Amino acid sequence: MTPSSRVKTLTIDGRPVSARSGETILKVARENNIFIPTLCHMDGLSPVGACRLCLVEIKGSSKLVPACITSIFEGMEVSTKSEQLDKYRKMILALLFSERNHVCSVCVSNGHCELQTLAQTLGLEHVHVPYLYPVMDVDASHERFVSDHSRCVLCTRCVRVCEEIEGAHTWDIMGRGAEAKIISDLNQPWGFSESCTSCGKCVHVCPTGALFEAGKSTAEMTKRQFLPYLSLMRGEKND
Amino acid sequence: MTKLRLATTWLDGCSGCHMSFLDMDELLVDLAGQIEVVYGPLVDRKDVPEEIDIALVEGAVSSEHDLELVRKLRANSRILVSLGDCAVTSNVPAMRNHFPVKQVLECGYQQNADRNQSIPSDVIPALLPQTRPIHEYIPVDVFIPGCPPCAKAIHFALAALLKGETPDVHELTRFGA
Amino acid sequence: MTPDEIRVSAKKYRAERTKKKHHVCVCMAAGCLSAGSDVVKTALEENIEKEGLGDSCEVRGVGCLGLCSAGPLVSLDKERVLYQNVKPHHAGDIIKSLGKEPVKEIQCDLDQPFFISQKKVVLENSGRIDPERIEDYLAVGGYSALIEVLTNWTSSEVVDEVTQSGLRGRGGGGYPTGLKWSTVAKADGTEKYVVCNADEGDPGAFMDRCILESDPHRVIEGMTIASFAVGAKLGYVYVRAEYPLAIDRLRKAIQQAKKFDLLGANILGMPFSFDIEIRLGAGAFVCGEETALIASIEGKRGNPRPRPPYPAERGVRNQPTLINNVETYANIAPIIRHGAEWYSGMGTESSKGTKVFALAGQIKNTGLIEVPMGISLSEIIYEIGGGIPGGKKCKAVQTGGPSGGCIPEEHLNISVDYESLKSLGSIMGSGGMIVIDETANMVDVAQYFMEFCRSESCGKCVPCRVGTVQMHKLLEKISAGDATVDDLTLLIDLCDLVRNTSLCGLGQTAPNPVLSTLRFFRDEYAALLKPSSATAAADE
Repeated sequence: MTPSSRVKTLTIDGRPVSARSGETILKVARENNIFIPTLCHMDGLSPVGACRLCLVEIKGSSKLVPACITSIFEGMEVSTKSEQLDKYRKMILALLFSERNHVCSVCVSNGHCELQTLAQTLGLEHVHVPYLYPVMDVDASHERFVSDHSRCVLCTRCVRVCEEIEGAHTWDIMGRGAEAKIISDLNQPWGFSESCTSCGKCVHVCPTGALFEAGKSTAEMTKRQFLPYLSLMRGEKND
Repeated sequence: MTKLRLATTWLDGCSGCHMSFLDMDELLVDLAGQIEVVYGPLVDRKDVPEEIDIALVEGAVSSEHDLELVRKLRANSRILVSLGDCAVTSNVPAMRNHFPVKQVLECGYQQNADRNQSIPSDVIPALLPQTRPIHEYIPVDVFIPGCPPCAKAIHFALAALLKGETPDVHELTRFGA
Repeated sequence: MTPDEIRVSAKKYRAERTKKKHHVCVCMAAGCLSAGSDVVKTALEENIEKEGLGDSCEVRGVGCLGLCSAGPLVSLDKERVLYQNVKPHHAGDIIKSLGKEPVKEIQCDLDQPFFISQKKVVLENSGRIDPERIEDYLAVGGYSALIEVLTNWTSSEVVDEVTQSGLRGRGGGGYPTGLKWSTVAKADGTEKYVVCNADEGDPGAFMDRCILESDPHRVIEGMTIASFAVGAKLGYVYVRAEYPLAIDRLRKAIQQAKKFDLLGANILGMPFSFDIEIRLGAGAFVCGEETALIASIEGKRGNPRPRPPYPAERGVRNQPTLINNVETYANIAPIIRHGAEWYSGMGTESSKGTKVFALAGQIKNTGLIEVPMGISLSEIIYEIGGGIPGGKKCKAVQTGGPSGGCIPEEHLNISVDYESLKSLGSIMGSGGMIVIDETANMVDVAQYFMEFCRSESCGKCVPCRVGTVQMHKLLEKISAGDATVDDLTLLIDLCDLVRNTSLCGLGQTAPNPVLSTLRFFRDEYAALLKPSSATAAADE
């Protein structure tokens, strides 16, 4: 807490809550057990506001704002639920499912997947936009890990954890739009990456089964929550 | 009380959803009093009957035959249910979509066949260019995802439909469940 | 050099400039150059030598003369004669005719509306001076605004003057320039930056390129005045690498300005320093979005980030950053020279001054024009543009590029200002204006722009990355006659989603071409739909 930070009050879904200035809507909502769906967000990594699932309404503003990156202000009135938000969130999820090849039934992360769980939580029982069925690669060149681009949602958690926590910057994004793709080093196979330290952080922050441990079969890949722990070790403020 | 006329079928799927249907076990006895199964793999009838109340469709649309059948079922049914991930998402059957049909057939009937290596032309229906979920072809009233959806979810959905309600199964099942 | 020395030099250059009896000006902007104006220039020079007219005639390479469709263009500055479609073999006749009757065969009528209906502020020097010579710019009063500001004004007076002028951002958004300047001026930061956005990427737009190719010093002068106003020491011009000529001329201009102490440390011997660096864009449309542009300047992947914080508060290297478009900076010197009142005397109540447009598409006179705000679209299309070729009818005018919309023929009497264009579902944009004739199908037009947005989406946020792909596929399906009314409903739903949930302006406006064509040409969509949805097959 910086000396200049002040306590503010605001309402989320009509509930009065208090918060420190500079905190995000998402953080305050979670503190108060108010659910806002997220996918690209991860505590301990810098926010990017990319998945757009955490969009919320603010009274007096016609624009929806991402809760993960928007700071609160005094008297702010936030709505995390509405018919429109529900429709948009489902549609965004549907677009994600249509984009690549998410075959939950045979996925290593079946049962432990954030995308799958979000679909269930938000009540998305079918995808009404046409599936695109792109041909995507699997990279099994690394001796301990595998990447399957069919399951990637481009949340960039792996990119961020590798750069911000591990400091290796093995992962990055290549290409634009639908061609965008997570790459290791300068698009070398993962196993040939010279920067990868094989720490496995990327695997454990991956919300889906796009990055997983070699040898894991259907539904066997569970992820470890290590970032809060790391933040503590680094002496950072515990979020 | 007149019984509701239930039809079931499987298109491109593994029949697992039908197994899950049978897994309702003793609940089937209750249902039997309210439902008459008029068409499907569980009964011996070859043509799609008229005036179906509920059609449970398992499997994705892969072939011309699948398409013809699902259209016929749609035309003759009051309520059509997409049962299981293959019907809802096209699931595993759609994994062949990354290859041209010719290559798929060659792989199945020639490269991996021990005997009689030839692609059948008359006895099996022609594959469509891609396998796709059924709602991309016909309007679907109820979706029950899951691979397979558990018996409880199927029962919940049928019970709701019998009461004339629209079932919301999302707490009982999910993609890949 | 000191301010006085510059003034003396400028006077000298002015005298030199007008010394010779005949000035043969050859357009050396990219349009005419690609039509061979460089060869024409050489031929003219050879003929002058041959005729022994070196003492009385001078050939000058100049910037854009406007009527690009009739290039190469050659203008006789003093005689007020313009030649069009000039080939090297015309050079002899042109030189021989000097001082006599012009060559009728290639003469272009300067009294046609294309020329007389325009109002040149930004393009005042375009086609008159040699963009590669700072001497030319000084001779026509260049840098006098900067000298005036540095010697007699305070920085807040500059901000006030720009605010009073009513100038609004010419990059598309129309944000009040003075307000932006004052925000950056007030923002706290150890360093501040001034950025010129020259990443012009709209299909059919070439205003910024022409300004940089024709009068690069004007942009430098505008940026330097801006840096004085907001307190910046370093500026960047972010220009796309596809504009090699503009980059080359800008580089030369920066070097020349430094040589004349008009740029660099202690400008004109005063305690004010400002330098400009060029950053080349690698061809991503999204880098025209300000936060993506900043990321690219910093050497990162050109992805946008959510705003706020706005660049005025946290821009380049997290410092307060002023970002304006080329044309905005090009307006600054004349505003300072002639005063805010003069500038706000042009245009409408809310949109002041002039706007440069690149006329393209199915129109007789394609090229670069500058018109006062508030002119009607029909005046631009039928008078300045000369109407539609081949006796065809105009169907719509597309403004604002992929973020804009199509304005149908029946609304062409609309006044060209920010608000009016917005009310019709389009935007002013940076100034691309594509005329569509009656033979075009509007679904194809929407599909074309959606394909552009799809391939130019950066891929960061889900709605834009996947939504544009799905919208494009649906438009393809509609065009092919395979779609049903359900597909159209889904398309409209996707438009709504992408507009309201995308991260940056590119995504938020990507549905505009669909929405505006749906608004005015829904029947064209309806005509392509299959009748029934219940029995229709999916694609493939």
